Amino acid sequence: MAMAKASVVQGDDFAPTAYHPKAGDQGVSLKVEDFSLWYGAARALWNNTLDFQKGLCTALIGPSGCGKSTLLRSMNRMNDLIDGMKTQGQMTLEGEPIYGATIDVIALRKRMGMVFQKPNPFPMSITENVIYPLRVDGVTNRKFLKEAAEAALRGAALWEEVKDRLDESALGLSGGQQQRLCIARAIAGNPEVLLMDEPCSALDPIATAKIEELIDELKGRYTLIIVTHNMQQAARVSDNTAFMYLGRLIEYGDTKSMFEKPQVKRTEDYLTGRFG
Amino acid sequence: MSDPTATTAKPILPVRRIARSDLAARGEPFVWIMGAALVIGLTMITGFLAFVIYVGALTFWPQPVAVVTTTQGKVIAGEPFRTETFKPRPEQLEGASPEARAQVEADLGIVERTLYRVGNYDLFGEDFAWVSTFEVKSTTYPKDMYFTERLEWGPFVGRMKELDAAGAKQASPTYKQLRDAHALAVVRRAEIARLEKVEIAGINHDIEDLRLGIRRADLEYGAGSPEAAAAKARAAEETAKLEARYKVLEQKVTSLRQIDETYAVTLEAIDGQTKTLPLSNLVRFYPANDLSVGEKWSIYGARWIEFITTQPREANTEGGILPALVGTLTMMILLSLAVAPFGVVTALYLREYAKQGAFVSFIRICVNNLAGVPSIVYGVFGLGFFCYILGGSIDQIFFPEKLPSPTFGTGGMLWASLTLALLTVPVVIVATEEALAAVPRSMREGSLACGASKWQTIARIVLPRAAPGIMTGLILAMARGAGEVAPLMIVGVVKLAPELPIDMTAPFVHFERSFMHLGFHIYDVGFQSRNSEAGRPMVFVTTLLLISLVLMLNAFAIYVRNRLKRSYQVGQF
Repeated sequence: MAMAKASVVQGDDFAPTAYHPKAGDQGVSLKVEDFSLWYGAARALWNNTLDFQKGLCTALIGPSGCGKSTLLRSMNRMNDLIDGMKTQGQMTLEGEPIYGATIDVIALRKRMGMVFQKPNPFPMSITENVIYPLRVDGVTNRKFLKEAAEAALRGAALWEEVKDRLDESALGLSGGQQQRLCIARAIAGNPEVLLMDEPCSALDPIATAKIEELIDELKGRYTLIIVTHNMQQAARVSDNTAFMYLGRLIEYGDTKSMFEKPQVKRTEDYLTGRFG
Repeated sequence: MSDPTATTAKPILPVRRIARSDLAARGEPFVWIMGAALVIGLTMITGFLAFVIYVGALTFWPQPVAVVTTTQGKVIAGEPFRTETFKPRPEQLEGASPEARAQVEADLGIVERTLYRVGNYDLFGEDFAWVSTFEVKSTTYPKDMYFTERLEWGPFVGRMKELDAAGAKQASPTYKQLRDAHALAVVRRAEIARLEKVEIAGINHDIEDLRLGIRRADLEYGAGSPEAAAAKARAAEETAKLEARYKVLEQKVTSLRQIDETYAVTLEAIDGQTKTLPLSNLVRFYPANDLSVGEKWSIYGARWIEFITTQPREANTEGGILPALVGTLTMMILLSLAVAPFGVVTALYLREYAKQGAFVSFIRICVNNLAGVPSIVYGVFGLGFFCYILGGSIDQIFFPEKLPSPTFGTGGMLWASLTLALLTVPVVIVATEEALAAVPRSMREGSLACGASKWQTIARIVLPRAAPGIMTGLILAMARGAGEVAPLMIVGVVKLAPELPIDMTAPFVHFERSFMHLGFHIYDVGFQSRNSEAGRPMVFVTTLLLISLVLMLNAFAIYVRNRLKRSYQVGQF
């Protein structure tokens, strides 16, 4: 048994990815090409290759430690903050490379909004939170900032709840409201891609339902990539689903067919709860 | 092992039934020890504070003047200062009456004695006298005894014999007459002081400037060059004008003094010796045994005001402590201004930018150890580096005409503040690093994901979040800086510095000047003055003031910190 596992880690008994995603009508937004990643000596991602369709919602699922968050955080290079991280392969956003010595990481991150596992509003007013991406860009036009804040809050379905207390601290909001505020903040900079790292794992079911509703609304306008532990959630909100295991992409396909009839045994085992 | 019955039949550990868990396990003795430690600590702190406040607050309260007649017929008059018990030697008991002797014997040879502040140092040669209780024949509190504070020679205790208002002599003047005459004398004294300290000092300052101008011209163009000669001629002309004005002023002062001296008062000590002195030499006087409560309070208040707003007199044992107060306050502010940015920037680099590794750990250990270096070492370093190397270079570049007398090349306010900043910077670095480390990673990531650069993240998210922690470090640094005296003694604190670091002569701030410090003042008055007994109350009052000052600065810093904290408190989740 132990021997078998070691050979799995070395990566020889993995079949090539079963690849049958639904194609969107807007083409490909983010391309991952033979991407591998190491944290020091430990390898976290093994030659992942997949395309994210523009305007669709793609869910990344898999058991803990399978590399789905690592893959997501590689897309806007948040993994750069970790000492000893190194990568191989390439990712491209609209054909432009994400990895490379001459890439302006800050400009890149501005094209991708990110929502984290735990709501992380800044200790500022609600408005200031939302317009933070514009503030760091040096926008000072008050009228413009005000309109951008309203648009982002409306986009995140939060406007009606906070319009009377825009100048109050964001820390006074409930958890679900805080998370929607973070989504508003992520879309305020008008990004192309919205990365969500288990956005509902710290929320109660009602707040989760609201976020899922919001994800549905955001589809089409943004390319959504959502990491989730909750397979029902993946089934509910996503168009395509990627199943990862031990750093490999096992199966990538259209959500409906993948949940109904997975093509790989391991995917089936995971989806039916036999492991994970 | 494989047989399950074996384990049930022979348990590996015997089953124990304990009626009561023992005392050590329940931890009660430790609770008591911890509680006792807290009580001891609190008692010492509150006891110390209560003592300082009690003695300090009572010092300026006007005491009655007792006239004590001893059994040997000696009469003394003075304020009872303090009382203690002692065991007299046999020869000290020789003059005592047999009854007194018997009484002393009954008390196991222990007697009580009281220290009286008799004043009149110029007549008696000492300020204080001990009187043992057994020697006392009678103690009275005559209503005509005056306690008089003078500009020189300390207090005078005695009667007001005669008031001489420019020839109009009045024997045994009333308190009101004296006060009216004194009010006028105070105005004259203030006018003389103004002429001397402002006008004449200003002229002296201008003459010195001209002399320095000549020297500067000499240094710039070479001695004997036509430019230097021209400058010299111009300066000579100006100096002559100034000297003429000086003569006029000097004349005016002399004549004012002559007028002033015609208003005199004759004081009579308890032993009949008299002393005549100008009315303007009196600072304050009052019939100590004939005061209403209101008058006592007004004297008490006036003494506090004098203490806080005037220059010291009589080798610092009398008068005020204004220069020490201003010196301490200015130094603390300069210290904070120097230490806050320096410490914060260092900590920011160490925590946010430097690559964490063995080298940074080593630096961190060094910084922590710096906090343990004896402060006097910092003083020596400050003298060598700041005063001599930095200050010496500044003098050579900017003030060559004043050399060899140094401007910045000696101890002064600026160097003392920087030395203390160096001494306290580890505290700020450590506190700031901790505050930065406590900022949650999610905040930084949130900001970076919004497309903020690292610097924007630090400036907009991390630093504001860490501000309360940084303020705590600053409070600790200020508290430590306020308590340091040893390094200051080397880098600029002096016994007497009548010129304040901030005043009305251009350029208004004089951080090169040496200054006075409350901490050093306590040491100086308490242990370095001629009359340590007279200086004792001043030690307590100065301590009280220093503690209040530190408390006020800390209270302000804590207020700022709490305001910062309030804006970051975490809401309900």
